[in-house]
Amino acid sequence: MSHDIEVERYELDAPAPYRFDIERRDFMRIFALAGSGLLVVSSVARVEAQESGRGAQTGTVPRDIAGWLHIDENGRITGYTGKTEIGQNIRTSLAQAIADELRVPLTTVTLMMADTDLVPYDAGTFGSQSTPRMAPQLSRAAAAAREMLIGQAAALWNVDARTLTAQDGRVAGGGRTITYGELTKGQKLTGEVVAESPVTRPAEWTTRGVPAKKVNGREIVTGHHQFTPDIVRPRMQYGGVIRPNGYAGTLTSVDDSRARALTGITVVRDGEFLGVVGPTERAAMRAAAAVRAEWRLRSGDPSSATIFDHLKKTARDEAGRNSLTGSGDPAAARASAAKTFDASYRIPYIAHVPLEPRAAVAEWTDGKLTVWCGTQRPFGVRAELAEAFRIAQERVRVIVPDTGSAYGGKHSGEHAIEAARLAKASGTPVKLVWTRAEEFSFGYARPAGVIDIKAAVSPDGRLVAWEFDNWNSGASAIRTPYDVPNQRIQFHASESPLKQGSYRGLAATANHYAREMHMDAIARALSIDPVEFRLRHLSDQRMRVVLAEAARKIGWPKASTPGRALGIACGTEKGSYVATAAELSKSPDGFALERLVVVFECGAIVNPDGLDHQVSGAVVQGLGGALFEALEFRNGALVNGTMEQYRVPRFKDVPPIEVVLLDRRDLPSAGAGETPIVCVAPAIGSAARAFGAVDTALPVRLVD
Amino acid sequence: MARYTLRVNGQTHEVEGEPADSLLSVLRYELGLTGSKFGCGEGHCGACSVLVDGQLARSCVTRLGAAAGKAVTTIEAVARGDKLHPVQQAFLETEAFQCGYCTPGMVMATVALLQANADPSNDDIARFMARNVCRCGTYPRIVKAVKLAADRMKSSSDPGGRQ
Repeated sequence: MSHDIEVERYELDAPAPYRFDIERRDFMRIFALAGSGLLVVSSVARVEAQESGRGAQTGTVPRDIAGWLHIDENGRITGYTGKTEIGQNIRTSLAQAIADELRVPLTTVTLMMADTDLVPYDAGTFGSQSTPRMAPQLSRAAAAAREMLIGQAAALWNVDARTLTAQDGRVAGGGRTITYGELTKGQKLTGEVVAESPVTRPAEWTTRGVPAKKVNGREIVTGHHQFTPDIVRPRMQYGGVIRPNGYAGTLTSVDDSRARALTGITVVRDGEFLGVVGPTERAAMRAAAAVRAEWRLRSGDPSSATIFDHLKKTARDEAGRNSLTGSGDPAAARASAAKTFDASYRIPYIAHVPLEPRAAVAEWTDGKLTVWCGTQRPFGVRAELAEAFRIAQERVRVIVPDTGSAYGGKHSGEHAIEAARLAKASGTPVKLVWTRAEEFSFGYARPAGVIDIKAAVSPDGRLVAWEFDNWNSGASAIRTPYDVPNQRIQFHASESPLKQGSYRGLAATANHYAREMHMDAIARALSIDPVEFRLRHLSDQRMRVVLAEAARKIGWPKASTPGRALGIACGTEKGSYVATAAELSKSPDGFALERLVVVFECGAIVNPDGLDHQVSGAVVQGLGGALFEALEFRNGALVNGTMEQYRVPRFKDVPPIEVVLLDRRDLPSAGAGETPIVCVAPAIGSAARAFGAVDTALPVRLVD
Repeated sequence: MARYTLRVNGQTHEVEGEPADSLLSVLRYELGLTGSKFGCGEGHCGACSVLVDGQLARSCVTRLGAAAGKAVTTIEAVARGDKLHPVQQAFLETEAFQCGYCTPGMVMATVALLQANADPSNDDIARFMARNVCRCGTYPRIVKAVKLAADRMKSSSDPGGRQ
């Protein structure tokens, strides 16, 4: 039983990725838009399937275009990528990569992102892939462009290219200089590079590896940046969708007479879809409220109290979907072990709560559909729209403005489809902005799960057997990084009453919580220091380093103040390593979080300031799931689906957080937006054990 | 339906509506002032924060009828031309934002806080801004930005902005 566990495949149906080969017309299209100059395309031999969805497939096309780069006659540089900016600052760090390779100031580089008519296909912005995969593609294109420019100058001056260098937007050598713009003026130069071509080694980075401020920060602080809900089109009207008063339901009857009687209102009913369009947002809201609709809610769904039994009962053990890995013979090892440790951990559904709700502006012009919307998958949403309206993908353009966050929660395109349906009915552009209640009930949640661990230890305190079963929450980081000779690790897919999907860190947070809490419990039971116990089972050097550093920084094993307690956890996911240590004090309602230390290592650091943001942001988001977030539901409806009732971290919840970033210039850069979230809960949970028994369910609670 | 006179960023607008209509909806979708954001519509996230007669208000739950005749200040009027308000400048310098969707509301809340308390402690900030959410978790930097702005504004008598 050693076939590999599939990575995340538990979420939304994703359409088959659309891929195209490099064609002359792509070059011409960019030249037509951007003017003449130099255009370099970066391609990879084959993209491995990293799609987050069931439609994922490994293409057999000879190559995929990853990005392209244009230098115009004024020396202005534009990188084109299908990645989206959702607050993770990739617009800035990709610009850093390009500027560094082309030896130009950061200000000369702009990014054209996530416009399906202008950028090459990209599966989506998820899985912490933008830095490890997209940055190298654009770097290669930039490095190739630099060498082409040097070649141009060498030919112009009739000298050996090796005597020339590129610096500050110019090629120089032998006392002469010429700008990039002068070199490309009036020309249509094209180049193509493949994944293997060389780029500047991290040790020689100049623009990368140093802090860079967000390139559009001024628009942000003045309120001028246009998020999707801020976009205005000529003749635009406003839409609203009428929905069931639960998270799912079947439309049984509609009385729209009062809404139709209102001035300027269009009511749209198409199958289960029921919506309105009005000349102002207020008019649309009034009309939506005037529609009387009856829905049949799903009966017999479990509640948030019974969900864990339900997930175990409904496990589907179909081939390929449920995954199994292991080694040795855990049952035999367990039978002859000195001690066994079993526990069942429960993970609730939690919500993303992106502050910008799902929103879309849709416009039909001569049978072509353009939709502005917040999504992490612009090409995926284009495919969804094409399918929904039965038109060719070439007739759909999706443009993603820099978006008010996503955290894995914006992979799907239902809002885009709804706006497009309303626009089609009204014959005008339509803006649709979901309400917060819609966002809670009709978006999707991080999956709930049950994780059972059965561990066995030899008389000398070594783990000899590790059995780990995860129902429904997902397979990310399901394997243990600790050395255990006999293992059985299994993921079971279950039926989920709530729509579920990606979330920052995916299931790595649940799997780390269960595993690290269990490691901590075993160490305590054996009276072995939990750091020492982990180190005895850890041969991964990068993990040992972050764990030891977190222990040192928090002052392990001694809390800073008498009466306080420390906890610690470590982990790895998506190529990066994290250790988190927490200090807690006792409080009337259990415990209070006093401080956190987070040590993070993701290879070579591109933008230290941006990375600090990502690490501390992930940790703060992790506090929610660790301390209070959980979606409650019963009788087919959410109980706490409002901003007031669903508690997210606020100013008062955030303790002092010390972030330690270890820069490994000798290692490739891994993504960093997700992994720092995974150890927050177990670090807090293990510290809380000093004050009493800790429940095995998240959020962390002392047992009454 | 009734007519209301709104005074926003020094300009007067005649608006038709119901008394319970949301001020935010009028600002964003009829006056084109999209700097104030819709986040929750419940007054619990602060993305829509504006000043009404100098006091911090959640414009999503501020009724049109209640705002009529009062001076409304939105994020669009905080800078003076190209010159950023010290609070905006502090947010920019500390980069106290990630996705930036909460930022206009955070800036407005900070402007209101510093009018009431020129030297707020961490606890003062957490209390005053309890209903402003940054889902990206940028709180520690926002606290830094508030303190930086406070330091600069103490040494200057310019309150910034237009009422």
